Amino acid sequence: MTALDLSVITHNLNYLLVKGLGLTIELTMICAAAGLVLGGVLAVLRLYGPAWLRLSVAAYVNLVRSIPLLLVIFWFYFLVPYVIAWVTRAPNPVQLNAFVSAMVTFTLFEACYYCEILRAGLQSISTGQKFAAQALGLSQIDVMRCVLLPQALKSVTPILMLQIIVLFQDISLVYVLSLTDFVGAATQLAQQQNRLVEVYLFVALVYFVICFSATKGIRHLQLRLANQ
Amino acid sequence: MIQIENVGKRYGEFQVLDACTTTISKGEVVVICGPSGSGKSTLIKCINALESHNCGTIVVSGVTVGGKKTNLPKLRTMVGMVFQHFELFPHLTILENLMLGQVRVLGRDKSEAADKAMALLTRVGLSSQADKHPRELSGGQQQRVAIARALSMDPSAILFDEPTSALDPEMVNEVLEMMAELAQEGMTMVIVTHEMGFARRVSDRIIFMDRGRIVEDVPTQEFFNAPRSERAREFLSKVLHS
Repeated sequence: MTALDLSVITHNLNYLLVKGLGLTIELTMICAAAGLVLGGVLAVLRLYGPAWLRLSVAAYVNLVRSIPLLLVIFWFYFLVPYVIAWVTRAPNPVQLNAFVSAMVTFTLFEACYYCEILRAGLQSISTGQKFAAQALGLSQIDVMRCVLLPQALKSVTPILMLQIIVLFQDISLVYVLSLTDFVGAATQLAQQQNRLVEVYLFVALVYFVICFSATKGIRHLQLRLANQ
Repeated sequence: MIQIENVGKRYGEFQVLDACTTTISKGEVVVICGPSGSGKSTLIKCINALESHNCGTIVVSGVTVGGKKTNLPKLRTMVGMVFQHFELFPHLTILENLMLGQVRVLGRDKSEAADKAMALLTRVGLSSQADKHPRELSGGQQQRVAIARALSMDPSAILFDEPTSALDPEMVNEVLEMMAELAQEGMTMVIVTHEMGFARRVSDRIIFMDRGRIVEDVPTQEFFNAPRSERAREFLSKVLHS
């Protein structure tokens, strides 16, 4: 066994961290933000919508949560071009940009998890709060927007953030769509230069440092929220 | 101003309210009492449509309550409510608690709402707490804020759902005093309470309920001096001699 040669990393830091990790972080932030908005809407619909809508949302959420993420990514990437072609009556499959495909897939997937977390948060608020808001004459939307959602969001913020860390790790799956996220960039580099051990060790270390400190930060936040 | 006629409500087999009929006039202070589970809270929650009734009619100053066509914002601005567990909004400051309804429902602009809120807080002796959050206040203070919040909407009547039941004994009086003041100023009040001393001193009329029915609906003195029904006599002997 030869000694570790770290020059492969130091010479390619820009490629690994700016291009690779940059894309991972970009995707994480976009999908977390879009997923939260969609998840919030799904949670409200699942709790307070008309029966048919509640059932549809529940079915969607349960279906997506029962399928491995990798499968959803494949599915979306390979199947949706045919669906779009069918809908628009185009003669050939309409190939989606891999980035857009990943973005939409992760958003739809994460929204299901956020939906369930927010739903739990909303259910943990006493009916008295809803009554008090209604008794002031607030409209249904205002009751939700001004009274229930802010409280629910606050109580589940730590769990939501942990879920975002999981998302950050899961984004690595986009390498199957040949996107150069952090893992994708590392894989290319490792194979090109035949330095698998060094590169993958470095990738693991970076993931560990980011996720571990983020988790610590969330724990800190959780304690502060609990003390309020 | 509040007409309740033949109102009934059932949860499955359980008859919560059974043919309740009464009228509350402007400026009147009415106490609703009775054993727990007798439907007192449910009845007052039907008045501002927090609970729905299955039959009978409720009319508040010309607004018919019940059904999808109820003008809820109008009804609920006219009738304020104070809850057993205060139900201040914990994520908002005291001042914001008093501004929310004014801004979102009455459409007042923020500075106007804040002025009104501060005036009310001064009135309940809590203006120094305006920027705190509800959890930083004692139970008695929170309930006084809740009363101020109800007043911020300029209601013509206020419903009180056991306003002192969740308070430590030493804080009950500060809240009752405030309510007595409101009564003196001519506010129409419907109060569910077990504080019979307060009821005797402040209310004009007592409604005694048992198993979803209004058993007695008489002037306060008459209720305490000569209760007509056996159930009311029994109830009074228990609460007055405990």
